[in-house]
Amino acid sequence: MEKLKEGRIVKVSGPLVVAEGMAGAKMYDVVRVSEMNLIGEIIRLERDMASIQVYEETGGIGPGEPVYPTGAPLSVELGPGLIESIYDGIQRPLNLIRDAVGDNISRGVSLPALSREKRWKFTPLRKVGELVKGGDHLGEVEETSILLHKILLPPGMEGRIIEIKEGEFTVTDPIVRVETKEGIVEVPMMQIWPVRKLRPYREKLSPLIPLSTGQRVIDTFFPISKGGTACVPGPFGSGKTVVQHQLAKWSDADVIVYIGCGERGNEMTDVLMEFPQLKDPRSDEPLSKRTVLIANTSNMPVAAREASVYTGITIAEYFRDMGYSVAVMADSTSRWAEAMREISGRLEEMPGEEGYPAYLGARIAAFYERAGRVTCLGSDTKEGALSVIGAVSPPGGDLSDPVVQATLRVVKVFWSLEDRLAYRRHFPAISWLNSYSLYVENLEEYLKKEVAEDFPDLRGEAMRLLEGEAELEEIVRLVGIDSLSTSDRLILEVARSIREDFLHQNAFHDEDTYTSLKKQYRILKLILHFYERGKDGLKRGVPIQKIEEISVKGQIARAKYIPEDELEKFAEIEGEIDKEMGNLMAKG
Amino acid sequence: MQKEYRTIASIVGPLLFVEGVEGVKYGELVGVELPSGEKRRGQVLEVERDKALVQVFEGTTGIDIPETKIRFLAKGLELPLSMDLLGRVFSGLGEPKDGGPRILPERWADINGAPINPYARNYPNEFIQTGISAIDGLNTLVRGQKLPIFSGSGLPHNRLAAQIGRQAEVLGTGETFAVVFAAMGITFEEAQFFIEDFRRTGAIERAVLFINLAHEPTIERIATPRVAFTAAEYLAFAKGMHVLVIATDMTNYCEALREVAAARREIPGRRGYPGYLYTDLASIYERAGRLKGKKGSITFIPILTMPEDDKTHPIPDLTGYITEGQIILSRVLHRKKIYPPVDVLPSLSRLKDKGIGEGKTRDDHADLFNQLFAAYARGKEAQELAVILGEGALSEMDRIYFRFAEVFERRYVSQEEFENRSIEKTLDLGWELLALFPRSELKRVREVILDKYFENGVRKSKETA
Repeated sequence: MEKLKEGRIVKVSGPLVVAEGMAGAKMYDVVRVSEMNLIGEIIRLERDMASIQVYEETGGIGPGEPVYPTGAPLSVELGPGLIESIYDGIQRPLNLIRDAVGDNISRGVSLPALSREKRWKFTPLRKVGELVKGGDHLGEVEETSILLHKILLPPGMEGRIIEIKEGEFTVTDPIVRVETKEGIVEVPMMQIWPVRKLRPYREKLSPLIPLSTGQRVIDTFFPISKGGTACVPGPFGSGKTVVQHQLAKWSDADVIVYIGCGERGNEMTDVLMEFPQLKDPRSDEPLSKRTVLIANTSNMPVAAREASVYTGITIAEYFRDMGYSVAVMADSTSRWAEAMREISGRLEEMPGEEGYPAYLGARIAAFYERAGRVTCLGSDTKEGALSVIGAVSPPGGDLSDPVVQATLRVVKVFWSLEDRLAYRRHFPAISWLNSYSLYVENLEEYLKKEVAEDFPDLRGEAMRLLEGEAELEEIVRLVGIDSLSTSDRLILEVARSIREDFLHQNAFHDEDTYTSLKKQYRILKLILHFYERGKDGLKRGVPIQKIEEISVKGQIARAKYIPEDELEKFAEIEGEIDKEMGNLMAKG
Repeated sequence: MQKEYRTIASIVGPLLFVEGVEGVKYGELVGVELPSGEKRRGQVLEVERDKALVQVFEGTTGIDIPETKIRFLAKGLELPLSMDLLGRVFSGLGEPKDGGPRILPERWADINGAPINPYARNYPNEFIQTGISAIDGLNTLVRGQKLPIFSGSGLPHNRLAAQIGRQAEVLGTGETFAVVFAAMGITFEEAQFFIEDFRRTGAIERAVLFINLAHEPTIERIATPRVAFTAAEYLAFAKGMHVLVIATDMTNYCEALREVAAARREIPGRRGYPGYLYTDLASIYERAGRLKGKKGSITFIPILTMPEDDKTHPIPDLTGYITEGQIILSRVLHRKKIYPPVDVLPSLSRLKDKGIGEGKTRDDHADLFNQLFAAYARGKEAQELAVILGEGALSEMDRIYFRFAEVFERRYVSQEEFENRSIEKTLDLGWELLALFPRSELKRVREVILDKYFENGVRKSKETA
């Protein structure tokens, strides 16, 4: 490759640098700015002038200083060592940066994302002489106790294995030699992939399996599928981040990529310190052993924030390509959109709505479209899934915000957080009236088969009761509770129970923080059992006040604290309902 | 020797456009010498080939085109650091304002700091006792947190902030906080209130004050919070002190930022504030926190007056997205003569869960505040209902909630300006008020906790009656 000529800075304006003498450079190529070696990316070319967004603070940089093109687009390193790492928006390892330069991030630090020294034990899965093509598993590395890292042949490559090694290697050591049409290629464990280019797969499939999250309002009422997309918009203080953390903790995905995009530093610290302590309910191993963290907090350079969501999703796609189910949490996509807006403003582009660039909707759609359940590349059939859950932080909680609107056009699940619920300390503050999930029908088959035949029906009935409650409340507000019929008062009582005993979930309570699908079904069934018996009671003339004051209510309220391995207790409470209601009926 | 230019091409608002310059860097500090000999300081906002755009902190009044001299100083704006900062009053740019000598610095530091590596942070989880029930009991503050006070014109936010500054202590150790105070565009009386209060209580000994008054140059305010944090970082992370940074009024800061953006003809975001307001505020707020392996901490309490008491205004809105909660003051409570008029329901401390419980405050704290909260919320609803339907329409239980909400505001939220309630007292008071309810109604509290504390509350409430 010919060496690209270095350019000269002519203008510096915040994170935007303009350089001349850049003929030959390509769009989205990475450059090094000034002798400090700051990392930047070309985002506009005009004759020999290049506009560059710089991923680091530009103070102290001025016209006349050099710009060095690298000739390559912004890329991430993919291979063993990703899990349990914490990276900034352009995949620089924050833990190593701290070791190198101290508590504050200084500029021009350049460290490889994957350790070049660490040796991984590589176990081959293929033999010499076999034909392989892009996406095939060449071998595996036990990266953590719960994650087998499959070593993939890079996409687009095809040929015959002429040598495959076994033993301990660094990520850059060649482990396989493949004879391709173009000649012999040495393949190391590490791949390099441009972040803005989606990683290929064979075909996309419809999402049919739920991503179980352990959160009752989500799994039962507004489920997301493996390979699905969801968004959580809400004003500040409504609990977006807690929802995101809960999903990162309890989702039954194999790998979690958590992108802290322009959010609080302390929140990332929380994840960093808490995840190693928390146990994955399925494997009983620390949650950190399946998690990759991208932290580009609000005080870190704005351009790197723009890149962070791409860095995160590319890493997620890589794990998907191994045949894993991966979930990406992006908190918050609004900060990403704001980063786009800031750069766009500096480029003096014509603004669209609220000053956001005209391509905002297209960028958001393209990002979410990288999710999906797919058949991976390779000669055998493997299935991988990539789910994306994006938080949106609309100004003032106003859902007409362009970022919310652009997001709602592409995502299939909408969890609407309301501060009204948060003030009442109803958490998660997901509105049961405004939220929706378009996966409900897709997932019905699975739930019927895996949980219980009548689960979808129970859900439907509970939903009707909640909607009924909203209508009745209007009436109560106008004319008082005494004007309601007894059956309506029973609906209010049961809806209250659904809200308080089912939808309300305490993220900080050891037992309540996670509920399996089976247990969710049992709680819901218990509440609706009470409803059925209550209706019987009313028919037999039991006064509504007696039903409202029935003492088994306390047990129903505490049913959510029943441990996962004692689900037989639900039958006992159901029996207790029958007994107490029977007594009332006998008296009545 | 730096080169001196007399090549100002134009002056717009607080900005100078200087031509024919060489070797100018982005963000560089600029010295401006007026024809009168007066010296001012500025900062490079943009540089393109031989043209530089400079914002002048002290304003452009009196600057002319032919005579004014410009020097580029090859460094950023810096603050001299030493322990002598304590007990002193400075201008918004860090110049002595109390007639005292200049600081003999141990070292100089750029006021912009560098972002804290999220990996280096330590999670804030140590309880700070402010002696104010509405904060300690319900919206607990922890060391390293950033908790703003959202207020409105005419509300007693300054008194509340001064009370926090005066009373804050790390429980158990008796350790007190050093206070770094940043005032932006406040009136002389307001500033005087703080200075007097700090003097009277002796808090001045461990305080550093940076004061930019309403009549002083607006652009200087852009530097003030950064100067304050530079001092705070030094005290906290170089000297191991626990620092409380109080900044008032952030609304004035944001307006100064808007003034510069408008002069630059930038495309405005919401309500004319620049699109990067979030990023800019974050670069200040996120300097608070704790670091692994460092003793000190920076806790940040910014005060902002919400225009028209509107929480969705861009300034409180963006602040709320960066800070870890908010204390909101209510005009309704203020009218009821309740001090501090903390609007409990929408106020929130996101970090309280990590700072309370056994070994930090007391084992009943979490259950208790959940219950107080739920009861007060229901009481408020009952009050609303009573307004429409009359008190008679309330159920027996709702009437108890109604009464609870009233007593809660009067006895729990309300306290004296110089009353320093210990956390035990705050918690016991909570139980005392909950004694209004039958025990079975307290569903948010675990049985073990009820067993331990409920009877005590009932006894206390009888004594009080």
